[in-house]
Amino acid sequence: MFVTNTEMVHGKTITACHGVVAGSTVRAKHAGRDIMAGLKNIFGGELKGYTELLGESRDQAITRMKAQAKQMGANAIVNVRFSTSSVAAGAAEIYVYGTAVTVE
Amino acid sequence: MENLINLGVFIILISCGYVFGKIAEKRHYKSIINRERKFLTLPAVSGKNPVGEVPPIRRAQLVQGSVVISVDYFKRMLAGLRNFFGGTVRSYETLLDRARREALLRLKESCPGARQIINLRIETSSISKGGKNRIGSVEILAYGTALYYDIGSPSA
Repeated sequence: MFVTNTEMVHGKTITACHGVVAGSTVRAKHAGRDIMAGLKNIFGGELKGYTELLGESRDQAITRMKAQAKQMGANAIVNVRFSTSSVAAGAAEIYVYGTAVTVE
Repeated sequence: MENLINLGVFIILISCGYVFGKIAEKRHYKSIINRERKFLTLPAVSGKNPVGEVPPIRRAQLVQGSVVISVDYFKRMLAGLRNFFGGTVRSYETLLDRARREALLRLKESCPGARQIINLRIETSSISKGGKNRIGSVEILAYGTALYYDIGSPSA
C-alpha cells in the first residue's frame, strides 16, 4: 500500500479512483501519564508519554484507513491529511483522511 | 503563616522552572543544531513537486514526526506578565521553535535512505487546554512524502 500526501504517487500512474477513505481514533491519556505531565509542566520539556500516545493513535488511524482502502480494492492512498482535535479535557481525536486510488 | 508557605512554594516552583528549564533548553538547542547539520543533504520542501533534476523515483511514502512539548513554570509566569503589558512573548517563541525543529528532525530520522521530502506540512495543536493551565503543552506534527531515488545512496 502506497500512502502519500501529494496528489499523485511519484514514479507511478493512477489508473482508477475509489473515493475518500478515512480512519479515526479517540484516545484518553491515563492517570500515570497525567501525573508525569503535571510535573513536566513545572520543569518544562518534552512530554514523552503524550508524544508516544499520539504517535500510537495516529498509527492506528492510518491502519484503519488502509484497511478501508483495501476493502475498496485500492492499492494506494494519495492526498492524506491529518487533523487533531481535543474533544474532552483528557481525550484527543486523531483523524486521517485521503483518496483511495489504484496505481500502476 | 499560610501566606508565607504559599509564597515559599511559589518561589520554589519559579526557581525550579527557571533553572531546569534553562538547562533543558540549552541542551535541546545544542542537540538540534548538531542533528540538523547531519541532515543538510536531505532537503524538505513544501511544494508538491521535487526540486531540481530528479532521477527515476523508486518509492514515495508518507512520513511523519511529532513532539509534545510543555512550557516551564517560570516561562509561564513571564508569559502571564506579557499578557498584562503586551508585546512579544519570547519565552513561547523559543518553545515553539524548538518543538517544530524537533518534529522535522524526527520526520527526517524516520526515513533513512530518502533523498527528498516533498509537500511538507506542519500542524500545531494545543492539548490539555482548559482548566488552570492555559496553554500548557502543544503538539507539533510534521508530515510529508519521502522520495527514494532509483540510484545512489543518501550519503553520496
